[in-house]
Amino acid sequence: MKFAVVVFPGSNSDYDAFYAASQVVGEQAELVWHKDTDLKGADAVILPGGFAHGDYLRTGAIARFSPIMAAVKAFADRGGPVLGICNGFQVLLEAGLLPGAMVRNDRIKFVSKMVPVRVDQTDTPFTAACASQQVLMLPIAHGEGNYYAPPDQLAELEANRQVVFRYTNAAGDVGADSNPNGSLNSIAGICNRARNVVGLMPHPERASELPLGSADGRVVLASVVKAVEGALRHA
Amino acid sequence: MKARVYVTLKPSVFDPQGRVVADALVTLGYPDVTDVRQGKFFEVELADADPATAKARVTEMADKLLANPVIESYRVEVLQ
Repeated sequence: MKFAVVVFPGSNSDYDAFYAASQVVGEQAELVWHKDTDLKGADAVILPGGFAHGDYLRTGAIARFSPIMAAVKAFADRGGPVLGICNGFQVLLEAGLLPGAMVRNDRIKFVSKMVPVRVDQTDTPFTAACASQQVLMLPIAHGEGNYYAPPDQLAELEANRQVVFRYTNAAGDVGADSNPNGSLNSIAGICNRARNVVGLMPHPERASELPLGSADGRVVLASVVKAVEGALRHA
Repeated sequence: MKARVYVTLKPSVFDPQGRVVADALVTLGYPDVTDVRQGKFFEVELADADPATAKARVTEMADKLLANPVIESYRVEVLQ
């Protein structure tokens, strides 16, 4: 299968994602410039972390005007798997591909550390190879990861099982002490109604080999390989 | 024609930056400060438009881009 990793001006995890896709899970991968208008025949798309367009106005707010986003939206509408990591998640929120918004971390700090993240839903292309309630050790690095949705939208997300990842302690329990940024319901990642678009603040691509401190993130990309190849076999 | 747009977080959304500014003001010797809400301010210059059209267009701009309606509210003023 083939991954496309979108490169915005200001992306900084683009090569980490490219490396994880091409070297760690060993699939084809191509970097796609934000001014391109097609996804080069990719089977899965990654919007990487960073500070697209300098985070001007709001995080992710300007990236939705990048020409490639029309192709990403069309790909997502066709059911193609799209993963937004950190700033990529913020871009998906601003582009309306995922519901809700990000506000500044509740303690104002930019938080950069390894945290336990629990996989709550395994029926998305990016968690298909995970065990339910599996706890992954993943790094976070953001100043604006405090997930917010109005009460009715939050209730809808929970009812539709769209909360895919939550911040927990090492045992997998949710609590104020293990919530690094004030996110409502300890939300670390969500999916859309159709479940093919997933966004998360932690960086699985930066935790895909043991020398990086954790190889737990590998399963996220391995999941989409499994999902895409399963779909291709059935096609 | 010039319009001003004031964007702030909705009252229901916690404003961590405003809270820190409020704490700083108290530390600075203003114990009567009970809260601060921080926001954004835009001045938009428009070519030829009557005030009503300008207000409608800038309101649309605020809704589509200048503010994120999920978390922010806005107020538009048109200057003559």
